Amino acid sequence: MKNTISARVADFLKNYPPFNEVADKELETLSGQISIVYKVKGEVIFANEEEAHPCFYVVHKGAVVLTKEPDDEVVDLCDEGDIFGLRPLIANENYKIGAKAYEETILYAIPIAEFKPIIQEHKAVGTFLIESFASNTRNPYSKSYRGKLYEGSVPTEENHLTNNELLDLQGVHYSKKLITCSENTTIKTIATTMTDRKVGSVLVVKDMLPVGIITDKDIRNKIATGLFPITTRATNVMSSPVITYPIKMTITQAQMAMMKSSISHLCLTIDGTPNTEAVGIISKHDIMFELGNNPAVLIKAIKRANGFKKLKTVRRRIMNLLQGYLNQNIPLTLTSKIISELNDACIKQIIKIALKRMTTSPPVNFAWLAMGSQGRSEQLLHTDQDNALVFENVPREQLEETRTYFLELAKIVTKGLFKIGYEYCPAEMMASNPEWCLSIAEWKDRTFHWITNPGPDEVLLSSIFFDYNLSYGDANLVNELSAHIFETTEKYPVFFMHLASGALQSPSPSGFFRSFLVEEDGEYKDFFDLKRRALMPLIDGARVLTLSHQVKSINNTAERFEKLAELETNNEELFLACSYATKALLKFRTKHGLLHNDSGRFIALNKLTKEEKIKLKRSFKTIKDLQELLKIRFKVTNLLG
Amino acid sequence: MDLFKKRKKNYPDFWTEYEQKFEKKISYDLPDIRFVVFDTETTGFDYDADRVLSIGALSVQNNSINISDSFEAFLYQHFYHAKNIEIHGILQEERQERITELEALIQFLEYIGDSVMVAHHAGFDRNMINHALNRHGMPNLLNKFLDTSVLYKRTLIKSPLLPVKAQYSLDELAEKFDISKKDRHTALGDAYITAIAFMKILQKLKTKKKFSTKKLLK
Repeated sequence: MKNTISARVADFLKNYPPFNEVADKELETLSGQISIVYKVKGEVIFANEEEAHPCFYVVHKGAVVLTKEPDDEVVDLCDEGDIFGLRPLIANENYKIGAKAYEETILYAIPIAEFKPIIQEHKAVGTFLIESFASNTRNPYSKSYRGKLYEGSVPTEENHLTNNELLDLQGVHYSKKLITCSENTTIKTIATTMTDRKVGSVLVVKDMLPVGIITDKDIRNKIATGLFPITTRATNVMSSPVITYPIKMTITQAQMAMMKSSISHLCLTIDGTPNTEAVGIISKHDIMFELGNNPAVLIKAIKRANGFKKLKTVRRRIMNLLQGYLNQNIPLTLTSKIISELNDACIKQIIKIALKRMTTSPPVNFAWLAMGSQGRSEQLLHTDQDNALVFENVPREQLEETRTYFLELAKIVTKGLFKIGYEYCPAEMMASNPEWCLSIAEWKDRTFHWITNPGPDEVLLSSIFFDYNLSYGDANLVNELSAHIFETTEKYPVFFMHLASGALQSPSPSGFFRSFLVEEDGEYKDFFDLKRRALMPLIDGARVLTLSHQVKSINNTAERFEKLAELETNNEELFLACSYATKALLKFRTKHGLLHNDSGRFIALNKLTKEEKIKLKRSFKTIKDLQELLKIRFKVTNLLG
Repeated sequence: MDLFKKRKKNYPDFWTEYEQKFEKKISYDLPDIRFVVFDTETTGFDYDADRVLSIGALSVQNNSINISDSFEAFLYQHFYHAKNIEIHGILQEERQERITELEALIQFLEYIGDSVMVAHHAGFDRNMINHALNRHGMPNLLNKFLDTSVLYKRTLIKSPLLPVKAQYSLDELAEKFDISKKDRHTALGDAYITAIAFMKILQKLKTKKKFSTKKLLK
């Protein structure tokens, strides 16, 4: 049946191979037979050894993870436009791999009966399928990569082997958008283009054929040294002839080629000789990105990303890096510093992209604040986004106009964050909400109100907001606001009592006989709520204590406790224990989150080892001691046990 | 039993066939239920004066939309508001094949059967169809109805920090659930957005405590 929806499906499919080889008419007919399937995160699409479905799948939105028995090793992650589950249908066998929704996903299920005639009719479709089956999809997520996750670690013998095998098979990804110039272009123009496009090389072409290449190095060696003036033409500076290779090359081949000629860029042409059109460039950076996850490469990749989609793939690699750090037991302090740094860079980049998408530049200075776990630099996994925006004071008549501008900006940013994996805040605590997008004067009024009228809502709001951290923009605005908050709290010390009592509201982690207390109903019945019962009391406690000590600019809970240990030597032991417990719990949460691809908040107790349980319980003792201290210090009377 | 009660009126065959489909017991097993998500484009908002210009519908079963089981009809109406045409882009001259209102209703009843109907602000679409049926001497639709604007509100967390709005537009839902708005303001395009939103909403509701299909359909 041909209609609006089947036309839309066909529009999507024709962007991806092998459907791009199919005639429009046939594709529309095929689209009319497709089912659109919605899968929740973690839902199984098919299991290993299951009988093949009568259809194969194309990812429309989201991502699907393919795993292999025996230990569920990840063999591939399918993104928008990727096909999976087709091979068993052609080979008439059961599934040899399992497929699960890696995130919330929408699939197109294409009936094989309708697709088979298309394979027979279009040779290119058949060839594509045979090739993709033969080469096996690229899998940068497989186990064999873990050895490479942390620079300096020695991969084990076994890993090393599989790694090499893989690299030999993997096709290299290259930039298809060529930046080119002619022989007569001046070096100044070329350098400007390279800066604008953020590339390290420009290809010099004549009649579409590559005749030379100019890289950063050429500009340094031949222009900056004074050998040639900045007005000289490309032809005088370029390295020539260009060393060319065919498109189909593996990572190892590309590496070898660069080493052989000691160059950092390879030019790819249709047949591999300089006599055919240039179609792509591989830089050393591309190969580094392909090979490894190290923070420096990732930061560079983040800064180069010019769209949300690209950032999303980088974010996935950050998760791989995190997994590697945890596997290798790198200290959590270091791990969370690096990961937070990378997360921060992602947010900054998103804001930069958003600013570019606005038609005008911001009317006044502003600051983007991360709140909650991101603000405390404790966010290792994808969690909800909590953020706020503060802008400079403007005359009253311009206030709403200015707010409208920033709300629009915030809308793009929060959408970008959503696209790369941060869920929207269910309570709308986001800068795109007019309540969280205020001028500095409005924020001062607002925080003043919270501190001087500390009801339950105000305390809750303060505890979320007061962990803010500057993500992007004007630091002066943030400092001004912080100074105001400290001044006000000093004048109204009763606020601390309320904040402390808020900190004591978290339900207790363990019962009378030191047994775990689990959730009684809802989606997570019988799970242990690690965040609410164990982490929150520590986070809340650290916040009220550091605020009362007027400690500025330390947001991280573990670091706050370390600072407190310094300030109160008589409680040093407790605070150091708190710091340790925070780190241990955070690591625990992160490990579980990565294992189940969620936020790690809810823990299935029956899946824990004895040792893990003991570790957890030890931290509960520390939490109880901390709560005692809060009760006495802030004279909290209305207590929960 | 009303076996001996005489029918007040002799309805045409297509209506009695439709009516008969409701005689069998309905299943409360969620994967068994066929939902029909639909939308109408109309000449305006007056149930009596305005007319349905097009109906678009998709079936959702077990979290899957089968495109071959979808419905799209453009109606031939003498009655036109120039204003509305601007919004929906439906022009009388357009090449879409048009059928009479009665023909569209016959096809629509055949298509929906005893499915559970879903629409955004369902009351409006339901009334529009019912008024059209009445004009042709038929009674109202017999199906159960769900309204995504009502269901969506049930998914929101209860928090003093989050004021719940009285109305949530389809645009807002599309934003929240990251659904493309490309075919907005065509009946089938809006039905598609509603269908995806409906599946996502249903998933959220399922994770709430005390969820049961029976309650959902009440």
